Amino acid sequence: MKLTVWTYEGPPHIGAMRVAASMDGLHYVLHAPQGDTYADLLFTMIERRKSRPPVTYTTFQARDLGTDTAELFKTTARDAYERFTPEAMIVGASCTAELLQDDPGGITKAIGLPIPVIPLELPAYQKKENWGAAETLYRLVRTFASAPVERTPIAGRRSTCNILGPTSLGFRNRDDLVEIERLLERIGVDVNVVAPLGARPSDLARLGHADFNVVLYPEVAETAARWLSKTFDQPLVTTVPIGVGATRDFVREVAEIAGVDAASILDDESSRLPWYSRSIDSTYLTGKRVFVFGDATHALAAARVATEELGFTLVGLGTYSRERAREVRAAANEYGLEALITDDHLAVESAVDALQPELVLGTQMERHIAKRLSIPCAVISSPVHVQDFPARYSPQMGFEGSNVIFDTWVHPLMMGLEEHLLGMFREDFEFADGAGASHLASEQAPVAASRSLAWTADAEKELKKIPFFVRGKARRNTESFAKDQHLSEITVETLYEAKAHFSR
Amino acid sequence: MSALPVLHERGQREVFCGLTGIMWLHRKIQDAFFLIVGSRTCAHLMQSAAGVMIFAEPRFATAIIEDRDLAGLADSNEELDRVVSDLVARRPEIKTLFLVGSCPSEVIKLDLGRAAARLSQRLNAVRVLAYSGSGIETTFTEGEDACLEALVPEMPTLATKTRPSLLVVGALPDVVEDQFARMFSALGIEDVGFLPARSVDALPPVGPDTRYLLAQPFLGRTAHALEERGARHLPATFPFGVEGTTSWLRAAADAFGVRSGRFDEVVGPPAKRATRAIAHYAELLEGKRVFFFPDSQLEIPIARFLTREMGVQLIEVGAPYIHRDHMARELALLPRDVTLSEGQDVERQLDRCRAAAPDIAVCGLGLANPLEVEGITTKWSIELVFTPLHGYEQAGDLAELFARPLNRRSRLEV
Repeated sequence: MKLTVWTYEGPPHIGAMRVAASMDGLHYVLHAPQGDTYADLLFTMIERRKSRPPVTYTTFQARDLGTDTAELFKTTARDAYERFTPEAMIVGASCTAELLQDDPGGITKAIGLPIPVIPLELPAYQKKENWGAAETLYRLVRTFASAPVERTPIAGRRSTCNILGPTSLGFRNRDDLVEIERLLERIGVDVNVVAPLGARPSDLARLGHADFNVVLYPEVAETAARWLSKTFDQPLVTTVPIGVGATRDFVREVAEIAGVDAASILDDESSRLPWYSRSIDSTYLTGKRVFVFGDATHALAAARVATEELGFTLVGLGTYSRERAREVRAAANEYGLEALITDDHLAVESAVDALQPELVLGTQMERHIAKRLSIPCAVISSPVHVQDFPARYSPQMGFEGSNVIFDTWVHPLMMGLEEHLLGMFREDFEFADGAGASHLASEQAPVAASRSLAWTADAEKELKKIPFFVRGKARRNTESFAKDQHLSEITVETLYEAKAHFSR
Repeated sequence: MSALPVLHERGQREVFCGLTGIMWLHRKIQDAFFLIVGSRTCAHLMQSAAGVMIFAEPRFATAIIEDRDLAGLADSNEELDRVVSDLVARRPEIKTLFLVGSCPSEVIKLDLGRAAARLSQRLNAVRVLAYSGSGIETTFTEGEDACLEALVPEMPTLATKTRPSLLVVGALPDVVEDQFARMFSALGIEDVGFLPARSVDALPPVGPDTRYLLAQPFLGRTAHALEERGARHLPATFPFGVEGTTSWLRAAADAFGVRSGRFDEVVGPPAKRATRAIAHYAELLEGKRVFFFPDSQLEIPIARFLTREMGVQLIEVGAPYIHRDHMARELALLPRDVTLSEGQDVERQLDRCRAAAPDIAVCGLGLANPLEVEGITTKWSIELVFTPLHGYEQAGDLAELFARPLNRRSRLEV
């Protein structure tokens, strides 16, 4: 057993549900008890989806357990087929039904529905949401995309690709897809099939016709993409185009496979990030210490953008995607860090607390952690929240995505001149010490009183002269320095000794 | 008068399981921690239903059962003991720990009652109790019923006295609880307890001299447990709206021999105030057609308020379960032409709702937006549980809750 307060990922059947909800003409019949229908609200509330997700639940109760839950599944599957008449059906069990071992696949097969039925085995006590999504997409792709395909050589014609990975409830997937379709259009590549978002099961049958595959979200698409690559000899584009550098790499990678010249696109890339980052106001961003945590795709991308494009210093990098731990460990190594691979948000919290970064780039979970520790934060990854589905166009990918990233990451920080002005007016009597920049929330966490170390009155006074937004860090650093030096009292001298000790 | 016919439905339910009761129970009972023994789905439900992760470390958590527990590689009871020890070490302020059963823990027959007894002995500073909030046994608010039922044996025994004492049963927001306490005191009923109390250490006593009022309509098992300890029920309508609140208070006043002059004196001013507060909304709600999807068992009392005090026309009133005894006085006040439904087959109910095209559909979070898209104005049923709505001072808020979606519809020009 594992003690858990909040989870980064739901159970694997939620992943299957995201795939089903992404597609048209596909229905999911789920063997599940009452209560598991809560999952519908993820789609209708968080994503503001206009229809219920295409899922039918058996809703078995305690009294059914003694009788025939398999019969209940049979009736439910048949009724769902008659009501929704889907092109294809996926069937499976949630965690509780898995224990009943009713075999939804076998039952549905026995009814003999006139459509393809794909049984899903998603071990709920082992695996999680993203794995469930990847497995579901893989099963669907294997079922429908099996016919062999003859393709003509690309030379002399426009090439085509599939875009794999965007799903319902994915972080900014809706807008990323628009951005990437536009980019491919500019490069001169036609999109054959996008899956799962917006695809029908019959569209999956055409996957083999494309010249290559673009893997936008490896967490969801990698398993299916590898199989397609092997089966249809389709190259994979695996660069995730988040940030200016990665988008340029993506354009080059696609252009090379498509046999076109990408120079015109790279000359006119329409991103303001490079100039904004070089503009004088941005010098205050230099070396800001950032902590990055999210799914592997977004965490890796954020690390690159933070260091190469905004000039931050990476002090922590981690992911909850255990399936991709190796890549994240390797990347962290390159940054001289040890990756934090965990799905325990309390471990993330202690890491953030210990590192005292100046900016946290994380999930909604880290947003709460950062808020509690009074550290600015921007959200870069799932798990999602209603705020992660903004009304405006707000991609993370492509050149426009890099503009969005510049704004959303820089906004929570103190602006360049503002930082100086705050320092300058700090002692003014009209100026309430502790008031933040006007565009930021004014809440400040009370500074915890030191337990074993005594601050002299002078040192305490000196500490107050330090701008409030770094005061917490200064106090902490000084105290840890004093402890290391076995000092029992902190004087003004200690404060500056510590400052010198920690300045880099 | 014959009982209203009830349409019994069986099928997909679009309702939360009893675990969700932890949302308000852990705020109400401030020295308790709720540990769900369940799956990742349970943990995911809790954070999704809460909508936000408000508290960095709330007073609830899930002990997630893993493959090794199921495969017998780990002894589930030992695992549970280990998790509880870790938790108690981490949160030493915990005085009462509820082990909350879930669908998987019920199916694998993990005996949490026994585990609670064992752990209570081992951890002498912590009282460990158990109840089930599983979806195979409890629907949404029935989780509170199961929790309170588990608290009843912990209540001290009421010393035999010459005068009875009053017990108000059902979790109420503190502000509402305080209003009722003041009201009973003004009526001269001094010996009043509330279940649940704000702290498990301060549970009110119970015994044959206890007369209890149900503040919530979903407490069948708790009521039964109280009866077992000798307490007697004061039948009344539930305290929603002016009429419901007056009848509820009167049931207590009658049982405690409050003079009718005094009753009118105490109840008159707030009742008048409440009548004024709701009058304004009656203009907007009069004649509007309302359809209730089943959710919290609050549907029937609230439908009664809407039809009798707001002039609303009820089409269908669905409840996950109808407690015939506790609901008797409510049902008697409903119009004869309403469709009462118990249980749910969500697809068929949606068909009926679409066909009826109500002015307001009261439904769960999963259904609301899709119905809005179809042009049906909705009200989230969960607000009936999360908003303080009981009693005179909240009657206006209760009416406003239903007026707001109509008001909004009439404003929007986009």
